[in-house]
This record gives sequence, structure tokens and C-alpha cells, in this order.
Amino acid sequence: MQEIFGVPAPLLFGQLLIGLINGSFYALLSLGLAVIFGVLNIINFAHGALYMMGAFVAWLLLNYLGIGYWPGLILAPLIVGAVGIVIERAMLSHLYDLDHLYGLLLTFGLALIIEGTFINFYGVSGQPYAPPEILNGGYNLGFMFLPKYRAWVIVASLAVCLGTWLLIERTRLGAYLRAAVERPDLVRAFGINVPLMMTLTYGFAVGLAGFAGILAAPVYTVSPIMGQNLIIVVFAIVVIGGLGSILGSIVTGLGIGLIEGLTRTFYPEASSTVVFVIMAIVLILRPNGLFGRPRE
Amino acid sequence: MTDTAMKPATGLRGRRFVTPVLALLGIALLIAAPFFGIYPVFLMKLLCFALFACAFNLMLGFVGLLSFGHAAFFGMAAYVTGHAVKAWELNTVLGIGAGTAVAGVMGLVFGAIAIRQKGVYFAMITLALAQMVYFFCLQVPFTHGEDGIQGIPRGTVFGLFDLRDTLTMYYFVAAVFLVGIFVIYRTVHSPFGQALKGIRENEARMISLGYPVALLKVLAFTMSAALTGLAGSTKAIVFQTATLTDVNWHMSGEVVLMTLIGGMGTIFGPVVGAGVIIALQNYLATIGSWVTVVMGTIFVICVLTFRRGIVGEILARWPKKG
Amino acid sequence: MRLHRLALASSALVAFGTVLAGAAQAEISDDAVKIGVLNDRSGLYADLSGEGSVVAARMAVEDFGGTVNGKAIEVLSADHQNKPDVGSNIARQWIDQDGVDVIVDVPTSSVALAVQQVTSEKDTAFLDSGAATTALTNDQCAPTFVHWTYDTYALSVGTGKAVVDEGGKSWFFLTADYAFGHQLEKDTAAVVEANGGTVVGSVNHPLSSSDFSSFLLQAQASGADVIGLANAGGDTTNAIKQANSFGIVQGGQKLAALLGFITDVDALGLDVAQGLTLTTGFYWDRNEDTRKFADRFAEKMNGQKPTMVQAGVYSAVMHYLKAVEEIDDDGGKAAVDQMKKMPINDFFAEDGTIREDGRMVHDMYLVQVKKPGDSAGKWDYYEIVKTIPGSEAFLPIEKSSCSLAKK
Repeated sequence: MQEIFGVPAPLLFGQLLIGLINGSFYALLSLGLAVIFGVLNIINFAHGALYMMGAFVAWLLLNYLGIGYWPGLILAPLIVGAVGIVIERAMLSHLYDLDHLYGLLLTFGLALIIEGTFINFYGVSGQPYAPPEILNGGYNLGFMFLPKYRAWVIVASLAVCLGTWLLIERTRLGAYLRAAVERPDLVRAFGINVPLMMTLTYGFAVGLAGFAGILAAPVYTVSPIMGQNLIIVVFAIVVIGGLGSILGSIVTGLGIGLIEGLTRTFYPEASSTVVFVIMAIVLILRPNGLFGRPRE
Repeated sequence: MTDTAMKPATGLRGRRFVTPVLALLGIALLIAAPFFGIYPVFLMKLLCFALFACAFNLMLGFVGLLSFGHAAFFGMAAYVTGHAVKAWELNTVLGIGAGTAVAGVMGLVFGAIAIRQKGVYFAMITLALAQMVYFFCLQVPFTHGEDGIQGIPRGTVFGLFDLRDTLTMYYFVAAVFLVGIFVIYRTVHSPFGQALKGIRENEARMISLGYPVALLKVLAFTMSAALTGLAGSTKAIVFQTATLTDVNWHMSGEVVLMTLIGGMGTIFGPVVGAGVIIALQNYLATIGSWVTVVMGTIFVICVLTFRRGIVGEILARWPKKG
Repeated sequence: MRLHRLALASSALVAFGTVLAGAAQAEISDDAVKIGVLNDRSGLYADLSGEGSVVAARMAVEDFGGTVNGKAIEVLSADHQNKPDVGSNIARQWIDQDGVDVIVDVPTSSVALAVQQVTSEKDTAFLDSGAATTALTNDQCAPTFVHWTYDTYALSVGTGKAVVDEGGKSWFFLTADYAFGHQLEKDTAAVVEANGGTVVGSVNHPLSSSDFSSFLLQAQASGADVIGLANAGGDTTNAIKQANSFGIVQGGQKLAALLGFITDVDALGLDVAQGLTLTTGFYWDRNEDTRKFADRFAEKMNGQKPTMVQAGVYSAVMHYLKAVEEIDDDGGKAAVDQMKKMPINDFFAEDGTIREDGRMVHDMYLVQVKKPGDSAGKWDYYEIVKTIPGSEAFLPIEKSSCSLAKK
């Protein structure tokens, strides 16, 4: 068997591929966080809880209404997005003129409420959610056995990330959004409804978290605490990429997934910490993150 | 949208009289509390967390920097004290001293790394550093991983007072608390403290006035960390355990909540905030996991309606006499 | 300050006096027997202990008649959140303030060890059903303590030996990175090697991991016959599910869940869990008595059948109440001493005995999870393969490092 740094090559490639799958989830979540920060100036601590909610909505749809995975893939993000819109209108919209930190604290509280409520109703041991029939089984890649569903995760999340990026960078709507980030007063003067735009942005970004949630449901167990530790990692990713940078968050998300995969091969115990080490190093060398623009 | 620092209550006016009176009242209350039938261990927990919140508030309230990693100092100090007292059989007071010192040194290092950052970035880098400390605590053998250090002997104060007695322990904790609060009070009202508030209000101006702003901030952070360590060390002795809970990022969130609800930028706000949260956790323990929901709700209400916190609101409404 | 020291000294004296007086009297304190059920009510282990254990304790009290020698029996419950500090604080407060006489359940080894410190210091009985570590009856044993349901040793002799006998000679461990996981790995490795197997490697994963795929890849790359899961609760179910989707079982490797509860099997579903070999201290469908208990339990728990931990809580509380009735004393050591004198005969254990080191010795069962086709429906999950007699299931007392065992 061929070896790389004392590790069998198939194992290394396998770990990297798994890293890429994790990275896909990171990318989806950090993309949403970056959009929210860019447009609303809020660090959305509730993102992990809303991701969990996406998975739970899928589970509830299946178990109470008999609605399966494919319709769920559309419905779950819409429902989570709707919840997000309510949150934005009722609470976040009152905080835009204040320091960022209040948004962080408010959403931290929201995360506690959402997670606590689900824990009370469903416990934490997790609910099973089977992948759709058609994605059962897997491909034998020679160096590893890749479940079809995981391959689908990479494809779906990359497509959504790319779509979002194009939407923001290449369309008129995206141009308005970017303008609203730079000069909300000016955009408002052009007769564009900025508050509405902010509401929809939050709803959309949170919907992305819901999408990641249902995508994750068959991979991990559907549990109220599934987003709890993930959110901290995703934060770090957004900071490494540069707060508010869309492209940065996608690239960093995938990159951190790969680096975690490498770490798991060589020093498994550190795999959940490596992202924070990278974040500290990046912040020391490039205070605005890898893709961030300097602040005033 | 300017990047204004979090506005704490401005409440120094008309307090010349009030402060000493309140202080005496507070001390009297501290002394008498165990005789009102309040459970002493609960009181001790409250005092430890109150000191923790006050130390944290030194950064948030008076320098305007939100640290999301203070659990690292709190927890690490608890581990050091626990290990020193249990494994090295150091006297309790020396053990607490060791924990405090280690936390102080960590504060210096954290501060030196993070201090160039502001606002959200500062919160994030402190969080990252704290996560590394958490990882360290999970891996090194002396912390005993998930089990934590258990059965830490309470010991004596240099053989004079036996801390195994609950009341003696209580008065010891009360004394530590008073010393901590006094240090914070003196700091805030010293020229150093005034300079810190100047930085909070307008950093650029302080730089142009020739103040070594970065150094002052690092010093404040070190102090805040050391006092946090003092609280953590004392807690380790009271509860005879030092565990991962104390270094977890949730602990960092909890202390923010205490400070926020009590009133950041006030000396006694965090004490009140700690009281509210600890009492809630204690008396709502029977409703199980709804406690999390209640805490979350308080967080949300606090941010939306009374950002100055309980004490901050009271001070803001205090009649402006003399 | 001098003044308070005086006040302090005198009140300390008074307090000391009360303690002495309390210790001197052999009777039921505060005219009530208070049972504190301390477990995980919201975390990883809430389903296997949690509310179910409280229900079980209440059923025991009810079946006992609600009073002991005319004194009322009360059941309290609290959530220790799997944190040793939270657990020991609650225990301390219960004993100091609420007059709790016995603490039961306490899953999560680290919390159980912390509670053990408090109960032994304060002469309060502690009957553990949920925790696994053998340290509780070895280095850290106490005269006020009984370990009721299972421990890491029993799990390893049960499952470890069975799997090696079936031909699983080389092992790779997937271990939860904390004391319980390491202990379970160590105990099982010893059993594997004693039975002619080998351990080819192991990997530690953080507690409550969501993604095991990379650890599983390492296990796969090791080429071992068996992947031993030295973890519990959500970690075990996640690892099994993911092993399934990565085709590990299809690839010819076998999974051995060293600690699995019936609620875990329920969470996995039979499609995934089928064929697993588990060691358990209780299975509800074993005989008429166990079925009767399980049916009553399920009625109060939305149809959920009791786990071994929950059944153990019932059995322990019942035995405790009998002992207290016998001696009319609810002091910790006195009650446990009496419990050690009486054999345990109920649906949970036949001729169970409590040893000097606090280990309750009873039969364990080696079970195999049924195929979906063989199951009559929800909760019909196990086939009992073998009964492991108590004398083989637990660490022999000669090998116990407990100070109480060597007189």
C-alpha cells in the first residue's frame, strides 16, 4: 500500500473527501452568516439553532404529515426562512443602530430559547431520518466507499453556494444589496425599500441554514443540540474568511473542512480545535481575515 | 453607522453620599446573610460569580471590549488551585494565589494577542483563544478530562481557620469577595480607571493625548483576568471541584448575561446580575431544561428593553440632587 | 471582623452539636424518607435515565405503600446536565437543605464520582444505576454506596467475550475521549486478549461528536475484524448509523457496541441495529414479571419500555425502603449495611447480593438485536442469547481495590 507521511494513501484521500463533505456544510452555514453580517451588521448566534430547526422541520414533516425528503428540501428552508423573517421584524430590526454586540447577545438568547424548547419536547438522543431511496448505497472509489447521499451533499451545497454568490455578485438585486451595505441612506434615497430588503435577506440567509439542516438530517442524527458546537466553528470560519465576505466564507468553509480532514488523519484529538488555532493565527497576521477588506 | 462602544449607564453623579452608605449596608448584609436562613453554599456560589461578573465588567463596562473567552481564566484558575491544593498539598490561600497568578499571566498573553482588535473581532479572537485553552484542559492529564478534579480539600487559612466548617468558609469567601470588589472600585476611580473610560469614549483622542492606549488596555485585561481567576479559584475551593464546565464557552456567555442584566459599566450591577441568574438557576432547577429557555428569554428581553441593566436603569432614574 | 469570628465560632459549635446529636439517634430523620433521583433530564442520556427513572422510583414508593413505618416517603428529582460540578452541588444542597436521605440513579461516570464524594462525607446512601465506571466500587468506593445495574467490567466480559468467541479476533476501538470511554476500552481490551484476540489500534473521539466518518475510515483502514465502540448514548447511535452508510458492515467488519440501551436501539431503528450484540442488566420481555413491570411503566411513559437503568432504579429504591423499614433508620451507612444483609429478589434480580465493596451482583444478559422481520413491533428488539451468571459478570471481589473489601 502506498504511504504518504506514514499514512496509507487511501486513508488520506478518504479523510480529505470527508473533510470536503463537512466543508460543504460549513460553507452553507458560513455563507448565510456572512450575508447576514454584510447586510444587517449582525452576528447571528442563532444560526446553529436555525440549522437544527431545518433538520427538525424535515423530521416533523415526515412523521406528522408524511411529507418526504424532496418536498421537504423546498419546504424546510421556506419554513425556517419564515421564522427568520418573524425574528427579524419583531426583534433584530430594533437593533440596527446599536453596537454589533447587541445583535450577538440577542441572537445568543434566541439560540438558547430555540434549543431549549426543542430539547423539552424531543429530548436529545436524536431522531433517525432516512435518506431518500434513490440515494441509498454508494460508490466504491477504490480508496474508499462513498455513500451516494454524501456525494449528493457536496453537489447540492456547492450548487446552492455558487447560486447565492452569483445572485449577489452578478444580478441587479445583488447590486442593490451590495449598495445597501455600503450606503443604506443613499439606496433609500433612490426609493428602494431597505428595511424590506434587510428582512428578506435575513429570511433568505436563515433559509440557507434550514437547507443545510435538512441536508444534514440523514447524515447526522436529528437532535436539538446538533447546531450547538457547530455554530462556534462556523463563526471561526466566517472570521477567518473575513466578516461579511461572501466568497471568503465559501472558500474558507471548504478549506477548513479539508484541513480538519488532514488533522483527523495525523492528530485526531486536535480536529475540533484546529479551526480556532487557524483563526487566531489569521487574525494576528491579517486582522481583517483572508478575504476581508480593511475597516475604517 | 459609527462603531460606538456599548454605552453603559453614566451614573457617577450624586453618589458621594450614597456609595459609602451602600457599601456599609452591603457589608452588613454580607455578614448577616447566613443568619436569615439562606443556604450558605448558595451564597458562596453567588459571591464567586458576582466577583467573576465584576471582573469581567472591568473590560466590558469600563474599557468597552467584550471578551467572549473569560471562562478560560475562570476555569484554568480553578484547575490550578484544585491541583495545587489537592496534589501538591499547598495551603488553600497559596493555592488560590497560584490560580489567580496563572490567570493573570494568561490574561497578559491573551491581551497582548487580542488587544489590537475591536468590537466583534475582539470577541471572536478571545473566543478562539479560550477554545484553545479548553482543548488544552481536555488533553492534559492533571485536569482529569471530563471527570475534572474532584474532592479538592478545603483546608485551612494557614492553620488558623478551618474551612471545612461551612460558616467559616462563607466568611472567607465574603472576605475574598470584598477584597476583589475593593480592588475593582479603587481601579475604576483611579487615574488609570479614568484613562480607561477615556479610551472607551474616544480612543483616538486618548492616543493623541499621548496615552499608551494599547498598554493600558493590556493592563486592564490582565487585571480583569487575574480577578476572574480569583473568583474561579475560590469557587474551586467552595465546591471542591474544578471541571470543564468552568472553561466551556457557555460559561463565557453566562457571565456576559450576568453583566448585561445587572448593568455594565456600574460597579455593583454585575453583582445584582449574578444574583438574579444564580438565583434563577437555583430555584428553577426543578423545571429542568426550561431553565435554558427562561435564561434565553431574559437575554432577549434585556437586549430589547433595558440595555442599561437593572442597576443601570436605577442609576439613570436616580433624582439629580446636589 | 473579630466580632463575627466569635459569632462564627459559637454558631459552628451549635452546628457541630446538632451533627453529633443527629448521628447518635438511630431513627428516620425529619420524619420522612426523601429519595432524590439525580440524573440527566435534558442531555445525551436523558432518554435512558431521565424522567423514566423518576417514574420508576415513584412506582417503587407506591408499591411499597407510600410510607415506611408510618413516615412519609417523598421523591425529588433534578437534572445534573452531565456535569460533575452541577451534580455535586445538587447533592450537597439536597442533603443540607432538603433533608434528602438517599440519592439514586446518577448516570455519567464523572458525575457519579463527584456525588460519591459528597454522599460519603455526609453519611447519605447513594444507589447508582446509571453510571458505568468500576472506580465507584474500587479506588473510590464508600460504605454508603451501592452500584446496582451494570459496570464497564460487566459490559466487557459480556460483549467482549461473546464477540471474540464468534470469531472477532482483531479489534479496533473507537473510544469516547474521557474516563468512562478509556476505562471501557481498557477493560474490553483485557477481555479480548485473555480470550485469544488482539487489539490492533484505537482512536479517541471527542464527547458528543456529530461526525464519525473520519474515525470510521481509520477503523476501516486498520483491517480489524471488529470495531469496538467504547462510547455511549448519542455517540454510539451516531457511530453505528454512519458506519452503516459507509458500508463498513457490508465490507465484512463487525461493530460491537460495548454499551447500548434499548432506547438507543429504538433511536437507530432495527434496519440499522439488527445483529448487534449487547450486554444488558435487564430486558423487559424476559419473563412474566418483567413484562408486568414494563407494561405498567410504559403506561406512564407514553409506551416506552424501561431501560436497564430505569428498571434498576425501581429495584434499588424498593430494596432500600425494605432495609430502612427493617432498621427504622435512614442514616446512609446504616441503611446500606442493612441492604447488604438482605438478598434481592424481584423482577430485576434473582438472589442478587450486595458485596462489601458496594457491587450489587446479579445476572447479566447477552442479547442480540432482532432482524426487522423477527420483531413483533416497537420495543420487541432483543433475543436473549445467554444469561451471564453474576459470579462471572462482575469483577471478583478478590481483585477489587476497594479498601472495604480487604479487611
